[in-house]
Amino acid sequence: MDIAIKNGKIVESVHARRVKKIDATGLTVMPGGVDIHTHIAGAEVNTGRLLRPEDHVKDTESKTPLTRSGVGYSIPSTFTTGYRYSRMGYTTIMNPSMPPLEAKHTHEELNDTPMLDKASYPLLGDWWFVLEYLQKGDLAECARYVAWMMNTSKGYAIKIVNPGGLESWGFGRNVHSIDDQVPNFCITPREIMCGLAKVNKMLNLPHTIHLHTNNLGLPGNYATTLDTMRALESVATDGKPVAHITHLQFSSFAGDGWGNMRSGAEEISKYINAHSHMTFDMGQVIFTDTTTMTADGPFEYTLYQLSGHKWVNSDVETETSGGIIPFHYKRNNAVNATQWSIALELALMIDDPWKMFMTTDHPNGGPFTAYPKIIAWLISKKARMATLKRCHKKAQRKSLLPSINRELSLYELAIVTRAGQAKALGLKNKGHLGVGADADVAIYNVNPEKIDIAEKYKNVRRAFRDAAYTIKDGRIVVKDGEIIQHADGRTLWLNVQTTEQVKIDDEIKRKFKEYWTVEYENYPVTDHYLKNSDPITIKADV
Amino acid sequence: MIVLTPLRQFQFPVMAECINPDMFQGKSLDEVAALPVWEGNKQKKLGDLFKIEEDKAETPNITINGNVDEVRRIGSGMKNGEIVINGNAGMHLGEKMAGGKITVQGDAAGWAGSDMKKGLIEIMGNAGAYLASPYRGSSTGMRGGKIIIQGNVGTDVAVFMKGGTIKVHGDAGPFLGFRMSNGAVHIEKNAGTRIGACMTGGKIVVSGFLEEVLPTFTIDSVKPKVKIEEGDSATGPFYVFLGDLAENGRGKLFVSKTNNPHLSMYERFL
Repeated sequence: MDIAIKNGKIVESVHARRVKKIDATGLTVMPGGVDIHTHIAGAEVNTGRLLRPEDHVKDTESKTPLTRSGVGYSIPSTFTTGYRYSRMGYTTIMNPSMPPLEAKHTHEELNDTPMLDKASYPLLGDWWFVLEYLQKGDLAECARYVAWMMNTSKGYAIKIVNPGGLESWGFGRNVHSIDDQVPNFCITPREIMCGLAKVNKMLNLPHTIHLHTNNLGLPGNYATTLDTMRALESVATDGKPVAHITHLQFSSFAGDGWGNMRSGAEEISKYINAHSHMTFDMGQVIFTDTTTMTADGPFEYTLYQLSGHKWVNSDVETETSGGIIPFHYKRNNAVNATQWSIALELALMIDDPWKMFMTTDHPNGGPFTAYPKIIAWLISKKARMATLKRCHKKAQRKSLLPSINRELSLYELAIVTRAGQAKALGLKNKGHLGVGADADVAIYNVNPEKIDIAEKYKNVRRAFRDAAYTIKDGRIVVKDGEIIQHADGRTLWLNVQTTEQVKIDDEIKRKFKEYWTVEYENYPVTDHYLKNSDPITIKADV
Repeated sequence: MIVLTPLRQFQFPVMAECINPDMFQGKSLDEVAALPVWEGNKQKKLGDLFKIEEDKAETPNITINGNVDEVRRIGSGMKNGEIVINGNAGMHLGEKMAGGKITVQGDAAGWAGSDMKKGLIEIMGNAGAYLASPYRGSSTGMRGGKIIIQGNVGTDVAVFMKGGTIKVHGDAGPFLGFRMSNGAVHIEKNAGTRIGACMTGGKIVVSGFLEEVLPTFTIDSVKPKVKIEEGDSATGPFYVFLGDLAENGRGKLFVSKTNNPHLSMYERFL
């Protein structure tokens, strides 16, 4: 069959004689890749770059007539990030944690990330306005503030990180269950998550709330994750997803200490298979030297205590916190090897590929350039057993992987790497090749009719590392893993139109004067900040 | 043996990790001359910058006659063989070295023996800063092998050192052994301040004058002599300090008693 492309869109047919044809016989054609969660721009990414000159020195790219030079292995510079994604056939990526205060910086970096369409999720789970109105029970006013923030920070979805924990971290504390009180606000993480999930519905936002759970990265936290999922059942009505739990691997540890930490994948996947009100992504760990960065300041502090490495931690006034620490995941470390196993167990034991997507939580689990490796592990038992054989003995004994025979087909792979992610994000024009979709296409040199992909996983790995073609908005940008044309992607953001605007009165200006280091007038990201602005207009119910 | 003579004084840094016995192994003179090097931002061939000749003698494998101050990464990652430099050497000499021997008749610039694993580097003159220390930001450090300096060394020597021996016959600059966790450093003359800051293990011996010991070190004993490595020991008597206590460290700092009468006030804590 043929796929016709005209003016950057997929169309029914084009004039057969005057077209440029790509013969994709014997190749695999997929929509352009979509990454739902990857830290590629913003204040924390850039601080990570500053922190790690040794990460730059080991991976450099020279300039070519078409592309700019760049450095960085786990936190590549902006242009290199764009090129590397494009070479793997990715065309859309989501930058998942943007403190609204740093929104301008984030958008400046996104402007300089070529080849990709991108969007950012503002961190709203611990924003004082949200906490204040949720505490009062005034969901409509809270929704109006969230809408105002989407427009102000040019964001795409509500990101919640360790709800309540980040506000507590400002006072050197943390929350340890979803029913702990947040200091000074008389509110619990449960109320924040459910409240914002309801707000998300009232605003008709395309994506659900994007949630990083409490107690992330601590042994025994699978119980908290189960509590979180059960709590959100109350918001679900019509079987549609109401939340996305991101990097689920980091939230699925069982055991009561690092000594007997084991996988909670069985319990978690059993629950997920029986419910359909949430979507997830993997957060796969790669055995390499990487940089962890998250808004979860207290968790980064825990990592510092474990590793003693150089670290950064900060409090973003009224909004969130942040932390960065280099981390080396090692095969011969029982905990790291178990983490590696957990992510794959989850991905394979959750039956519906539309629920569980492929990510590394770049760069927290490993750089996104390792995606071809994960693809090999997902499609081939042989590939994952080969890696498991080289892991720590204790992790090997505890791993469930030997008992899992599932191997993803290329169709399922297309779902977990693009279609499912686009659907969860509510991106109607992405993740499929139907008429009307954006002409973002990736072509890989794999012929599943000729080779057994599970057996010849190395061929598949190579094919997904260097796409045969990447087409962005109808233009061929990559051929055989080389950039052949520069493209500027668009920045997607939500223009949420509420029936009633937030009243920007003296009260809010006074709060800005008292609590923020910036003036209210300097706070919003104005339109001229975005190089290629692509607003999506949303009609809200409030 | 291959003899390299620089054809001119280099104006820009030359990146020459190819000057390495492993790389030259089994190559004809023409092949050696064709090895790629960077001079500033221009890629060149080794033969463009050096006169390359063959000598009958078996050892050393490579001899460089002349000052190559601007030539960096000589012997980078070498596993065996021997390099002799009759002149000064540039930065990153013997970086990530895993065996073999490098001798410099003149001085060496910064980062000599950086991230070294095995082998021997001997410098007859002085060495620059960051001797045996990792690249900025990295915490790899020297893990084994031996470095001998006949002259003085600069600042930040043996940062993040995890093994091996460094022997300095002259003076050392400040911040020696920062975050060191194992291995031994012997300074035969005077050392700079803040020595052993944040060290968690290993041994630093100062036979000369040391202005002050960090307040996070505690005195342990006085010993007549200390072993540096098998068959090599320094004679004291030495004050033995333990630290860095700020990092719960178990590192040992030996400071000569004779040359440091101002440290005698520590004796009342013994």
